Amino acid sequence: MSREPTNLSRRSALKWMGAAGAGLVIGVHLPPTGRRALAQQAADAAAPFAPNVFVSIGTDSLVTVQIKHIEFGQGPMTGLATLVADELDADWSQMRAALAPANIVYKNLLFGAQGTGGSTAIANSFVQMRTAGATARAMLVSAAAKSWRVPAREITVSKGVIGHQASGKQASFGELAALAAKETPPAKPTLKTPEQWTLIGTKVPRLDSLAKSNGQAMFSLDQYPDDVVTAVVAHAPVFGAKVKSLDDTKARAIAGVLDVKQIDKGVAVIADSTFAALRGRDALQIEWDKSEAETRSTEAMFADYQKALTSPGVTAAERGALDTAFTAEHKTLEAEMWFPFLAHAPMEPLDAVIQIGDDKAEVWMGCQSATSDHMTIAGTLGLKPEQVTINTLYAGGSFGRRAEPDSGFAAEAAQVAKAFGQKRPVKVMWTRVDDIRGGRYRPMSVHKLRGAVDGDGNIVGWEHVMASSSFAIGTPMEGLMVQNGLDMTMVEGARGLPYTIPNLRVGAHIVPNGVPTLWWRSVGHTHNGYATETFIDELLELAGKDPVEGRLALLSGHERHLGVLRRVAELADWSGAKAGDGRARGVAVHESFRSFVAQIVEVSKGPDGLPKVHKVWCAVDCGVAVNPDIIRAQVEGGIGYGLGAALYSEINIEDGGGIREANFNDYRSLRIHEMPEVEVDIVKSSEAPTGIGEPGLPPLAPAVANAWRALTGETLRRLPFTRSVNGKNGNK
Amino acid sequence: MAIEIEVNGEKRQIQSDPETPLVWVLRDELRLTGTKFGCGIAQCGACTVHVDGLTKRACVTPVKAVAGRKVTTIEGLSGDTAKAVQTAWTELDVPQCGYCQSGQVMSAVALLSEVPAPTEEQIDRAMVGNICRCATYVRIKGAIRKAASASAKKEG
Repeated sequence: MSREPTNLSRRSALKWMGAAGAGLVIGVHLPPTGRRALAQQAADAAAPFAPNVFVSIGTDSLVTVQIKHIEFGQGPMTGLATLVADELDADWSQMRAALAPANIVYKNLLFGAQGTGGSTAIANSFVQMRTAGATARAMLVSAAAKSWRVPAREITVSKGVIGHQASGKQASFGELAALAAKETPPAKPTLKTPEQWTLIGTKVPRLDSLAKSNGQAMFSLDQYPDDVVTAVVAHAPVFGAKVKSLDDTKARAIAGVLDVKQIDKGVAVIADSTFAALRGRDALQIEWDKSEAETRSTEAMFADYQKALTSPGVTAAERGALDTAFTAEHKTLEAEMWFPFLAHAPMEPLDAVIQIGDDKAEVWMGCQSATSDHMTIAGTLGLKPEQVTINTLYAGGSFGRRAEPDSGFAAEAAQVAKAFGQKRPVKVMWTRVDDIRGGRYRPMSVHKLRGAVDGDGNIVGWEHVMASSSFAIGTPMEGLMVQNGLDMTMVEGARGLPYTIPNLRVGAHIVPNGVPTLWWRSVGHTHNGYATETFIDELLELAGKDPVEGRLALLSGHERHLGVLRRVAELADWSGAKAGDGRARGVAVHESFRSFVAQIVEVSKGPDGLPKVHKVWCAVDCGVAVNPDIIRAQVEGGIGYGLGAALYSEINIEDGGGIREANFNDYRSLRIHEMPEVEVDIVKSSEAPTGIGEPGLPPLAPAVANAWRALTGETLRRLPFTRSVNGKNGNK
Repeated sequence: MAIEIEVNGEKRQIQSDPETPLVWVLRDELRLTGTKFGCGIAQCGACTVHVDGLTKRACVTPVKAVAGRKVTTIEGLSGDTAKAVQTAWTELDVPQCGYCQSGQVMSAVALLSEVPAPTEEQIDRAMVGNICRCATYVRIKGAIRKAASASAKKEG
């Protein structure tokens, strides 16, 4: 791990210490070398003490929490600050949050590197951030005890006030910060028991709402350091094509264009304004070498995936004997389902600003894989990681897009800055077309399922085999994600089918594909949640069972599945799929990222012939609910994101490799009039908190498809629904 | 040959090429970064500003088209309606990633300035051009209703 940076740059250390005023800086789990380095910098900055990196308390009593996770809406600024504030017994009004720079001291404890994903922000921080708060509190109490010459156990802290009842003494955090900084941090501070929590489990207001309602929130695109230039890159129109020849004469003739540089993945136009850069790029004449490019159409790929499915694939799960289930006496059902490539389309396309100096570089970026991006930028620039400072900014959405295993965009931005070769800061930005056509899609896949129901209405056989590509292969993630020929993210949500079915097999094929893919909000659960929850619904119908009752009967031993399913049925007052009045209901339940979500939806046939979703009832079990309102917001968002994708979204590649979709006009997003009413209930739980950024999404599409089948008798087996509804019948 | 526009109450001489879309003039030249770039073809509404009080997509509006006109960006919002909208936005914690929210707020303020008590359909119609990929739509609607009723109370 010699390449791990252990120093914060002086500049960023100054910045975050300065932001809080001189005072107490506390954190946990910092390696001694890092602590020394930071302490040294703190001394430089005239801050009295810097034992660690998460919490700082200024003389103004403001408590600033360094947020180690990128904030792109899922709420870690508020959530992580809540964990600190609760143990610290701070008043919420004195809490502030800052986005931590790229530094391994801010690693995700589940990843071993700094990064956000897999709905882990609260889960991995839950003990760490509370410990950081408890440490700060213990040192403040200890300082008060010494100062007032009273026993520490008699001191109370409440809403930011430190007090001693008998003597009537009181102090703010700010008044004691300098003294507290001289105290030794407790080796293992005692954490509160759940009954003692005052903020965890309550709705505290988000710390980022105001800045995001008045235009003040700063994203990478909003960075305009002095003398900044803008660069856009002409990427290959076909995945895997390379520049064969370039004529940049016309581009260079455009006023404002400063330079044109070829990089690995295309040609960069650098200009003194965004408009000039865009015009310059339009004027490039590039001939592309497509000899190694992926030129198949998506339809041809689907056919190739179907071919792969004629063999059993690698086994991901197996029990019983399928032969005994698929017999002539039993009723059987088969289905083939097609899932398209999906772009993430975050509102802010990829961007970063890089300024190269003498033996150093400064970066402004909303980086999701901070450690990887940091290493990649340093490596590309020929610098040591400690010579590269990354200022973390808000990111305008991600849904997985900014977490690239190869840090491809970070590499591209660094290559452009390096090729430009000047000390002026370079803003490298993608447009929406770059984003939609830039790849890194949710992998397309074909699933084959078959099920068997015996004479008593028991589901006795289940086989589910899928074919898809793997985005882990050839990246540093391969060792982690691919095991015995199985990409675990491909089969997640399928191999652990919770239903009691005696004879079962889940298999998968990794099919080569030159289209670059990536995790997309809820990853394998996007297609497996759909495949399993629509198919079980069809089998229950074949068995003559109610969708809710039938599922409950198959979930014995899965208490948390049962809990959310029972709760959502109560919430929706479920009495079967028929809802009358031209409406029907559908249900789905799915576990992802160790959280459990059940949804019931009510749909009718909209004027465009598509499912119109009126209402979604949702029950969630994600362990301890740190901030119930943010959990609700994430579930609402997951429902809207999932519904838009299920109704409309697909990336199609033409024969020859060109991409059909380009922008929001043809890559449709859900719009406000299509958003259903959403009612969310959070099941009370004492389990450790688990993810919520993604788990709200997987049950939505299958619940809608199940409702549609109840309404119209039509199965929707090719996504998006525009491909299947009204007799289009998908791939058949 | 500078173009003069009034931005947030201040007359500004614009040096950019007259064909430059307003969004890049606001951002690159005037450093008003609250107005966002999202699609470049008037499909997402992230760049929504007010021109003479009405919503305009700054990404498809060449700066020459607003010469001599009054442009208001999120930074220049003022008045009771704007205040009611932004208060409701924070009280309901509408934003998630926040990138589209300047445009959402600009569209909502324009709606309520014209229709103080909009119906659901009027809200949908006014806001349909503003995409939120985080799908904060439930709260956007809630905040618009809240702002409308707050304004109504104030007047009543």
